Amino acid sequence: MIRSRGLAHRWAGGPHLRFPDLDLPQGGTLLLLGASGAGKSTWLSLVAGLLAVQEGELEVAGEHLRRLSAPRRDAWRGRCIGFLPQKLHLSEALTVEQNLRLVFFATQAVGTSAHPTIQEALAVLGVGELAARKPAQLSGGQAQRVALARAVLLSPRVILADEPTASLDDAAAEAAVWLLCQAAQRCGATLVIATHDRRVREALAQAQVLQLRAEVPA
Amino acid sequence: MNLATLSLRYLWARPLQAALNLLLLTLGLASITFVLLASRQVERAFERDLAGIDAVVGAKGSPMQLILSGVFHIDVPPGNVPLAEVQALARHPMVAKVIPMSLGDSLRGFRIAGTTPDFLALYGLATREGQLWSQPMQAVLGAQVARATGLPTGGSFTGTHGLGGGGDAHEAAPYRVVGILAPCGCVADRLVLTSLESVWQVHEKATATDEDERKALEAEREVTVALVRYRTPLAAVTFPRFVNSGTPMQAAAPAVEVTRLLRMLGVGSDVLRGVGVMLLLTAGVSVFIALWSAVRERRADLAMLRMLGAPPSRVAGLLLLEALWLALLASLLGLAAGHGLMAAVGWLLAERQSLPLTGAVLLAEELWIPGAAVAVALLAALVPAVGAYRTDVARLLNTR
Repeated sequence: MIRSRGLAHRWAGGPHLRFPDLDLPQGGTLLLLGASGAGKSTWLSLVAGLLAVQEGELEVAGEHLRRLSAPRRDAWRGRCIGFLPQKLHLSEALTVEQNLRLVFFATQAVGTSAHPTIQEALAVLGVGELAARKPAQLSGGQAQRVALARAVLLSPRVILADEPTASLDDAAAEAAVWLLCQAAQRCGATLVIATHDRRVREALAQAQVLQLRAEVPA
Repeated sequence: MNLATLSLRYLWARPLQAALNLLLLTLGLASITFVLLASRQVERAFERDLAGIDAVVGAKGSPMQLILSGVFHIDVPPGNVPLAEVQALARHPMVAKVIPMSLGDSLRGFRIAGTTPDFLALYGLATREGQLWSQPMQAVLGAQVARATGLPTGGSFTGTHGLGGGGDAHEAAPYRVVGILAPCGCVADRLVLTSLESVWQVHEKATATDEDERKALEAEREVTVALVRYRTPLAAVTFPRFVNSGTPMQAAAPAVEVTRLLRMLGVGSDVLRGVGVMLLLTAGVSVFIALWSAVRERRADLAMLRMLGAPPSRVAGLLLLEALWLALLASLLGLAAGHGLMAAVGWLLAERQSLPLTGAVLLAEELWIPGAAVAVALLAALVPAVGAYRTDVARLLNTR
């Protein structure tokens, strides 16, 4: 779940961004919409605990983020947030399997029966046979599935996807949205998709929408 | 996957760069290791071979040449001195012991030294097999000589004139091996020891045409050097002056000459050590550039790690560990290369019957080598690690 009241962020020497209030239940889906500069990245950073909450209240997955110190936010993020960036950022130095293993390295988490194994996570997304490959050997669609497997490996409470369909053709975009929804459903996660892709809005017509506007108060 | 294995994977993700950095660090550490091994072993060899010798008396000339030829047996002696003069020194009130030595011949490059049993007592020598000489033309082989020549106890050989091994053989006066010395790690390992009378007999037989001439030569017998031990430390002041001004011989103080020699060698080892330090510093700069560019190239990877929940300290630790891996590997390779080079030089010197240097020795000072490597690597990694610590994760969200 995500709940925010009076959330705002002031960048040093930059704009003072105010965000609409939000009530998104656990397991719900949110489309984050807005033109460039409207604050989508800032809002995602706040929800992921990357930025400290300066103004207002923000509760994500049952945690009031304003009350968490930076180290505790790091640990909480590793545990509760799954992130699918637009540029997938799979490490070229590592194999697919090792890229997923980074999740355990980063969080110091130990895989339990509550989590799928790396092989299971890859297999569910149809890329189980690619574990030994390097990212450079993957197609765009395969790489995105691997990145999604990385995002959901620890069964996060919230999945944040940043423009997941950009530069994909219609079939691939449809598959990407379907996979995201399936992954969120499997782990009971809240799904947030930052997008300005009409195809995503049409595919998720029932989803809640948070429309951000570049609004700089006087 | 833990911090160590991940940092190793990142390090070898760019194998050429990693290998070049490793090579630079290794060369620097190997140079320093080699200098350390060589200088310590030379110093120890000098200390060991000089133990119990307060002065060396021989023909006038260069005092250092006298020491190098008479004690270390790595130079030609400046000449011979009359036996009678040396015997007179033994009666000097400040002298406790005089050990005469007669040189001039060699066996396959190893020097044949005529001396008295006092020489064996000086170095605490004992036979590994056989016994000491009891009459002329019996010889005892040093451990290295026995190994190199393969001569057994009971075997015989003829000496060749001169110390280089290329002179005429004294076929008419063969030696018989009566014993082989246990290794002592000192100069005696490279000597063929025999009585003074053996050396005299060989040369008297070779040059005397009749019995009268042989008797005349016997009356004018000479030795090459005399190793002197003082009865009192005060002798160090007066005895050399007495010899140098009151006799046709010269007395050289080994401590003074060796200090002078080590100072001269020290310039060379300082240069080599300086080159090693320069290589280390160059390697440090190279590691810094490599890690700095790695931070720039891997900015997204590092940000992704932060996004996945890694605290900044773990991300910075990744960079520091990469540098530590380099330091560790370079230390191992540098120490191995330094010892290997020392072993090769030791082998070459052994071929020339020179100082006994070896790569198969470990010095306590070598513990500084990994320390220096780690210090250089960590210093080089510090700024990149701070850069990694400050990775801007929010930038990840803005990457389109």
